[in-house]
Amino acid sequence: MTSSHLDKLESRSIHILRESYAAFKNLCMLWSIGKDSTVLLCLARKAFFGHVPFPLVHIDTHYKIPEMIEYRDRLALEWHLDMIYGENKEALDKKQTFPDGNVSRIECCRNLKTEALAHTLSGEWNRYRMNHQTGKYEIDSNREPYTGVIVGVRADEEGSRSKERYFSPRDKNNDWDIGEQPPEFWGQYKTDFAPGTHVRIHPLLDWTELDIWEYIKREGVPVVSLYFDQGNGKRYRSLGCYPCTKPVDSTSKNIDEIIEELRSGKFAKIAERSGREQDKEDGGGLEELRKDGYM
Amino acid sequence: MNNEITNQNIIDNEDSMNIVIVGHVDHGKSTVIGRLLADTQALPEGKLEQLREMCRRNAKPFEYAFLLDALKDERSQGITIDSARCFFKTDLRKYIIIDAPGHIEFLKNMITGASRAEAALLVIDAREGICENSRRHGYILEMLGIKQLAVLVNKMDLVGYDKDTYDKIVHDYSEFLSQINITPTSFIPVSAMEGDNIAIHSEKNIPWYDGMTVLEQLDAFKNIENEENLPLRMPVQDVYKFTADGDNRRIVAGLIETGSLSVGDEVVFYPSRKTTKVNSIEEFAREPQNTVYAGKSTGFTCTTQIYTKRGEIACKVGEPAPCVGRKFRTSIFWLGNEPMTPERRYSLKIGTAKAACKIDSIISTLDASTLVKSKKNKIERFDIADCIIETDHDIAFDLSSDIPVTSRFVIVSDYEITGGGIIMESISGGGSESYSAEVSSAERARIYGQNPVTVALTGTPENIEKYSVKIERALLDIGKLVYCESVKNAHDIEKIKLLAKAGIIAVAKLETEIDFKFDCNIKVDDNFSLDNALTEILSRAEIDI
Repeated sequence: MTSSHLDKLESRSIHILRESYAAFKNLCMLWSIGKDSTVLLCLARKAFFGHVPFPLVHIDTHYKIPEMIEYRDRLALEWHLDMIYGENKEALDKKQTFPDGNVSRIECCRNLKTEALAHTLSGEWNRYRMNHQTGKYEIDSNREPYTGVIVGVRADEEGSRSKERYFSPRDKNNDWDIGEQPPEFWGQYKTDFAPGTHVRIHPLLDWTELDIWEYIKREGVPVVSLYFDQGNGKRYRSLGCYPCTKPVDSTSKNIDEIIEELRSGKFAKIAERSGREQDKEDGGGLEELRKDGYM
Repeated sequence: MNNEITNQNIIDNEDSMNIVIVGHVDHGKSTVIGRLLADTQALPEGKLEQLREMCRRNAKPFEYAFLLDALKDERSQGITIDSARCFFKTDLRKYIIIDAPGHIEFLKNMITGASRAEAALLVIDAREGICENSRRHGYILEMLGIKQLAVLVNKMDLVGYDKDTYDKIVHDYSEFLSQINITPTSFIPVSAMEGDNIAIHSEKNIPWYDGMTVLEQLDAFKNIENEENLPLRMPVQDVYKFTADGDNRRIVAGLIETGSLSVGDEVVFYPSRKTTKVNSIEEFAREPQNTVYAGKSTGFTCTTQIYTKRGEIACKVGEPAPCVGRKFRTSIFWLGNEPMTPERRYSLKIGTAKAACKIDSIISTLDASTLVKSKKNKIERFDIADCIIETDHDIAFDLSSDIPVTSRFVIVSDYEITGGGIIMESISGGGSESYSAEVSSAERARIYGQNPVTVALTGTPENIEKYSVKIERALLDIGKLVYCESVKNAHDIEKIKLLAKAGIIAVAKLETEIDFKFDCNIKVDDNFSLDNALTEILSRAEIDI
């Protein structure tokens, strides 16, 4: 018997999630609220039979589309998720952002995402944890650094991501050395790491955009309505901050129509992240950001 | 395409296949992929034009290889550093093409890429002929267990599409492959640059060849069948007991590597040889199944409470059992910058088990690019060695001639995977302890029926006091040696160390932060569960039989 394509992907991802849980004492999963990391969250619930035994971390740039935050908190309550968010308070207070007109798009990403992520993971900046009694966030007293960080990147998104390992080490400065990555074979991953370093874990590496949507359909994964055309002939294909994310022309109103659209090859020649302005800043904008720790 | 959508089953049953492209540096692997992508219309709009423009600006001739070299580092050096993945599809299935670097420095990246593949394309430059890594990569593919291999003789345009040149390479390389027991699926003469025999038959340039094109060969490769007819092997990843929301299941979780598992089956865990019966097969948010097959990440509950743990292999009673031992003959490929030597200790990871290990003896080492054997007392980078490995405790494994997947292991040194190998033969008599006057910790553990464990309890002083008593009582009640002690300062940690040295489960009531790595760290807060705490401590205390 050969398993179906989605079954193979699901089993491999679950294996990776369980290996991470066994290997890292301080493990967390980044949840961007987008379709990929939400599929990842559903895979975690499968891997651990309905539970998610580690915190979900969201980096709030405060420029996310409001519906995304509502959706995050609703699912966190419904699914009993250990929900944490982090932010770059200083950059926001000092208005060091692109929408404020003070820095470039890339610099803004670096401030609100990369820096916020690095300091939230290390525990140097405040982490806000959801109190399930009140539904409100409180400053988390736990400041232990996360040593294993599960991330929903996919190899087909853009060039630099196709070079990733399932378990990808980051050094003390969050840096990613592309030439010197550890070997990875036979389902054995880099789960041993030196003090001060951490490991990014990528269970979705082999999934494509179409796989994600087919899985969303098959498993009934809830996604934000921003992915669907609300009647104006536009929808988001990739979600980010509203000043830097543009919807694409599409009349797909539901999951079936998106799958049909992707299968028809309509977007085959247009990059998924083409609506994300920070990718365009220069030849390797995203690659540079990723070396510094951007997702 | 459109009629596919009307049939919902297709969505789920679409085939996919991972293909790796290997070969010596500069023999044209990336060009082959670039051409495949271009010829199957898998490129983003404008990508080709963008790259042609970039080449014009930098006064470089355009190459299809640039398509893959998405990273700046790579473009400037003109060699593939890592295994990039590309996606395209034919009418038959989806393909993930992995471009493995040909430069010797990046052999570990080639292995990473190749190990994910079901079939391989090996590219040889018609002008340069068979080179060092043409042979080395062939050998590594064999070790990794990749059975389907097509050899592309590339750059035929540069030798004037000469049949004799092609025939000689086919002859010589076939001879090499036969020495390492590989029968290639096919040889194909191609020019990736000119597009000959990639997606289209090259009737004009290569009229003397009437075999498959590369694209036809890809579609002719067979998807690897899951090995459900072999005995059950499920390395245990963990035993989960998540008590949130009143869940009281105890689930043994893992990926079924071979065989199948059904409700009611009698299972036996190795190396402990504990047996139980499958009570239920668990699955979240889907119909529970009665039988699960190889390739599936699953979990099951047992009819009896037994302590199994990560590192054991679940097998079925009545099926051939795996080997259990600590000494075995292996074939190892070494990737470490430092040679592997008998003086050093390493970690060995097999399935989900991990053990300290050392080289017992090196029988011979082999240069895979020449197949020349030599006798050395260390295994150097890129060597393939026939050697005997000894672990510090028993592990369960299979021989590569029986069940390849559970015969495969990796060696870890200094936090990195630095080698991989397969077990060829089990050597009995390894590890038998000889008695001496001095009492060893292993002996103590055997007599006491437990390993010492250091446990840190953290939380409010009230909680620590309350729960330490409960933990101590529960452990003593089941016959364990346990002692709780307050740790107020760095000096107090010595007491914990001494208790552990004496073979006792030493529970530290931590009143301050201490720079010491405890075996178990237990928080006594609102989420505290005595059951979970005991499971964690006992799984550490359990000794290997």
